Formats: sequence, structure tokens, C-alpha cells
Amino acid sequence: MTAPTASVAPSPALTPRRRPTTPSQIARKALLLAGLMAISALTAFPVLVVAIAAFTPEAQINDWPPRLLPDSFTLANFTDLAQRLPIGRQMWNSFVFAAAVTVLALIFNSLAAYALARIDFRGNGLVLTVLIATMMIPFQALLIPIYQMVASLGWVNTLWGLVVPRAADVAGIFLLRQFFVTLPRDLDSAARIDGAGELRVFWSIILPNAKPALLTMALFHFVNNWNDLLWPLIMTNDSAHRPLTAGLTLLTGSATGAAPYGVVMAGSLLAIVPLVVMYLLVQRRFIEGVAMSGLK
Amino acid sequence: MSMSLTARPGSRAPRRIGGVVARHERARSLRALAFLAPALLVIVVFVLFPALEALRLSFTDASGFGQSSWVGLDNYVEVFSSSSSRRAILNTLAYAAMYGPGVIIFGLACALLLNRQDIPFRSFFRTIIFLPFVISMAVASIAWNFLLDPNLGLVSYWLSKIGIHGGDLFASSWALPVVTGIAVWKNFGYFMVIFLAGLQGIPGHLYEAATLDGAGPWRKLFAVTLPGLRSTMTFVIIFALVGSFQAFDQIYILTQGGPDHATETIVYRIYTDGFRDFEMGYASAFSYVLLAITLVLGLVQLRINAAQEKDLI
Repeated sequence: MTAPTASVAPSPALTPRRRPTTPSQIARKALLLAGLMAISALTAFPVLVVAIAAFTPEAQINDWPPRLLPDSFTLANFTDLAQRLPIGRQMWNSFVFAAAVTVLALIFNSLAAYALARIDFRGNGLVLTVLIATMMIPFQALLIPIYQMVASLGWVNTLWGLVVPRAADVAGIFLLRQFFVTLPRDLDSAARIDGAGELRVFWSIILPNAKPALLTMALFHFVNNWNDLLWPLIMTNDSAHRPLTAGLTLLTGSATGAAPYGVVMAGSLLAIVPLVVMYLLVQRRFIEGVAMSGLK
Repeated sequence: MSMSLTARPGSRAPRRIGGVVARHERARSLRALAFLAPALLVIVVFVLFPALEALRLSFTDASGFGQSSWVGLDNYVEVFSSSSSRRAILNTLAYAAMYGPGVIIFGLACALLLNRQDIPFRSFFRTIIFLPFVISMAVASIAWNFLLDPNLGLVSYWLSKIGIHGGDLFASSWALPVVTGIAVWKNFGYFMVIFLAGLQGIPGHLYEAATLDGAGPWRKLFAVTLPGLRSTMTFVIIFALVGSFQAFDQIYILTQGGPDHATETIVYRIYTDGFRDFEMGYASAFSYVLLAITLVLGLVQLRINAAQEKDLI
């Protein structure tokens, strides 16, 4: 435990440190490590509890004093869940909703970002200024008029209503624009000399060079939409058309009477497993992307 | 997100040289328009138009059904004079006042720890601490509701072991701090990552110089680290505040605004007034309060960024 982690690239912010030698140095390091372990336990523990409770028999969940691990595991919570919610349907809704928004936003935002970053046209500055001015408008403030439009189009309880209003967004355009601007101009001028048109430059020069930014935007859009509650709560009002995150509220809501804890945990587990697995698989790139979103 | 607009695409071709240049420029504008059109269409229809429509609705008594009539500033007067509405605004401010420092202190502390070379398993810790950011606020709320259940929750049980019998926290005067705490729990890992990126940007020679000057760890924190994080801090504070003003999910799931309006927030009121009570005009006035607060925060950020950029040059 005392060996420095040699595999991690040294941070430029710190001078290399020697192994702690004096007892006070060792004590301080142990204290810092203990603190980190406590914080990690705090963040991981509730997630772990959901996963365990999903497989715990209801009778044991209701035991006092409560225990972390049950005597036996069961799948009964999941079969009960399937009777209360169209769970497969709702997971599919979540996936289609999040994936459709992500794909459309990737296409529309990157096209717009390309025009703003790489085409020198009259009005470029104006469009950019207007977009930045609207970037701060929170969607929560627009829910009422958007709902009225979606309703008048007959799009309530449809994928259209969930997806189309989110098919492009200013923050996404801006993130990509800032990245596209940093790509060297020589990249596309060579292609242009070879007679490549704008679309070709966009598709085969800019996009392949902007993979980190595109991946960041895609991850953000997928996670945010999969996890969103308020938007699908308003755009859908029947169980079969709800994405899972909003569908879960049908289990906790007071109108229908709350479902037993084990069932709620089973539903919650299904709602987080796809994202947690995805996160653990691409966690390094995910975290790098998040870091990028906050950098100037 | 960066607000820097200094990098402009290419150099503008000289106009007024002749018809050829003008024609080229028109063609370029058309091509740009074609690239912009799909996104702009979505943004005009689903952001700009609704922003104007919400403003119009906020001056009416629209209910979502039938006719509505113009009521002038009545809705706004009501928002700022009714005690329950003022309560929602104050609750939102209180939420922001707890959430902002919460995520910043936890996020910065973890970032400082994980930026140390002498700590092992750093990427493992980073992965775990960031994990709650990936799960939904809805599930985070459900998990904490379970853990804090006074009749069967593990955390309630542990608290009772050390003599704390909180009862049902979500029905007590602790409700607002607890729903805020759940948001802090879920999100501080995000702030940690942003701070870590900021820390990587502080040049190492500053620390070397401070060491030569005999500065201890605390001195370095206040003389080198925090000043070096200034622009990160601006982003983080604004981001945390904007996020606070949108608090909704935990409240919808855990408290429904209770007990006795203690956890009603602006967005929760937009939802209940607009979509449960069908007071769409009134809810639109609330929407504009949210919009105004957020825009002011955005302007503050632009101002600070501009000032900091001038400082740096």
C-alpha cells in the first residue's frame, strides 16, 4: 500500500514525492486514504443497497433490525414488478428515446457547429450570439408552451413528442463548435484543393478528427435523456408509453398506492444497470469527456 | 462550458472587390444555411417560440382549456405576494445556498486528494466517486428513501444506534436539507472531475517556487491552488447555481413539496401549477422568474469570464 503508483503518469502540478518515511508522514497518508475510502463507501453504498434489495425477499426487507445481506435471494421482486409495470416495454421506450435524441442531436448539432466553426459566412457572428443568448434558457421554463405545441400536434404519448423538441440543442452545438474551431485549417484546405465539397470536408475530415467531442456529447445526451424525469412525466401519461425512469414513479406514487420496497428496488436496478455497465466499460473516456465539458 | 468567442473562423474575404467575390460569398452563405437549417429549425420552434409564448401566457389567465384573457401583471404580482409562492422562491434559494457549497467543498476536497501522487488506487476511487452521477436522480431518491425509512432503513437503524432517532426525515423540518443532500451526494463526483481537470492545468513550477519559499501545504492551497482554479471556480459556481434552480426530481418523488410547502421549489411549482392545477398563466409567470434568474447568472458568468480573460492577457 505504501508503494507509489508508478503506472500513473505524474501530474505536472506536483513535484515527485519520496516514499513516506517518518511515522507522521505514514500516519497522515493513512488518514487521507481512510478519508477517501469513507467517501467512496458513501457514494457506492446506496447503489449497492438497491442491487441487493432487488433480490431480497420482501419479508426480510421488512425485518427489524435491517440487515445488508439477506439469508436467501429471490427473483420474486422482478416477477411482481412485471405484473405492475410493462417493464420490458418501458426499458425499450427509454432506450429508443435516449438513443433517438442522441443520434439526431449528433447529426443536427454537428452540422450546425460545422457551419459556425468552419464556414465564413455573413451572419456567422449574429447566429452565434443569438444561440449563446438562448443557451441559458432552462427547458423547465418552456415546458408549458412546448407541451401545448406537442399536444396540438397530437404527439402526447408518442416518441415524436419526446424526441423532436430535443433533436438539437444550443449547448451541444456550442460544445462541438468550440472543438471544431481548434482543428487546423490545413486539414480541410488540402481536401478542398482536391475538389472536396463542404459535405465531404464535414464528413471525412472534421467528424473523424472530432471523435472525443462527439463521444462526449453523445454520452451526455444518452445519460441525461435516459435519466430524465420531468420531461417524460409531462410528455407521456400512460404506462405503456413511458420511459422507465418516469415509469418508476408509478410504483412510488401515492395515487396507486406505493409498491413494496423490493419491487421498487427491482425496477430501480433495471433503470440503472444499462448506464452503470456502460459507464464502467468506458469510464476513462467518459470522465475525460466530462472534464472537457468544463474546460475553457 | 467556454464562453470564449475570440477564435473566429478564418479570415473574412474582402467584399467589394467585384461580382465574383460577392457571388462566392452568397454561395457560402447558402451552404452555411443548409448546414444550420435543421438545428435552427428545432431551436426556433422549440426554444425561441416557446420562450415568447411563455412570456405571453404569463400575462394571461390561460388554463390550457378554452378562452383565456389578458390579466396584465396580475400573475407576477401574485408570484411575489402570495406567501406560498414566495416560500417556493425562498426554498429554491435555500436549496442553492446548501447545494452550491456542498458540491464545491466535497468535489474540491476529493479532487485535491486524488491529485496527490502518493495516494494509491486513484483511478479506482475516481470511478467510484463519480458513479452516482451516472444514475438518475429518481433512483438516487428511491435509494435514499429506502435507507432513511424509519421502520426498515439501514441508515436510520445505524443512526438510532448512535442515539439519533430522526423519525420520517421527509416529513420533518429536515426535509429540505435532506433532499438537497441527496442531490449533493449524486453530483459532487461531477464537480470533482471538473476540479481535477482544473488542477492539472496549474503549472508545476508554481508549486516548486512555493516550496522554495518555504510554503506549507495550507499556504500552497491558498496561494497557488485556489488562485489557479479561478476560472474553473467561476464555471463551477454558475453551473451549481443554475442546477439548483432546476431542482425537481427528488421533491416530486420524496416529499411532493411537503411537509407544508417546506420543499416546494420553483420548478416544482411550475409543474404543479401548470400540469396539476392547470393554472398555465400563473405557472408561466413562475417560469419567467426561473428564466430571469438563470439569464442573470449567465450574464454574470460572461462578465467574469471577460474580466478574467482581460486579466490574463
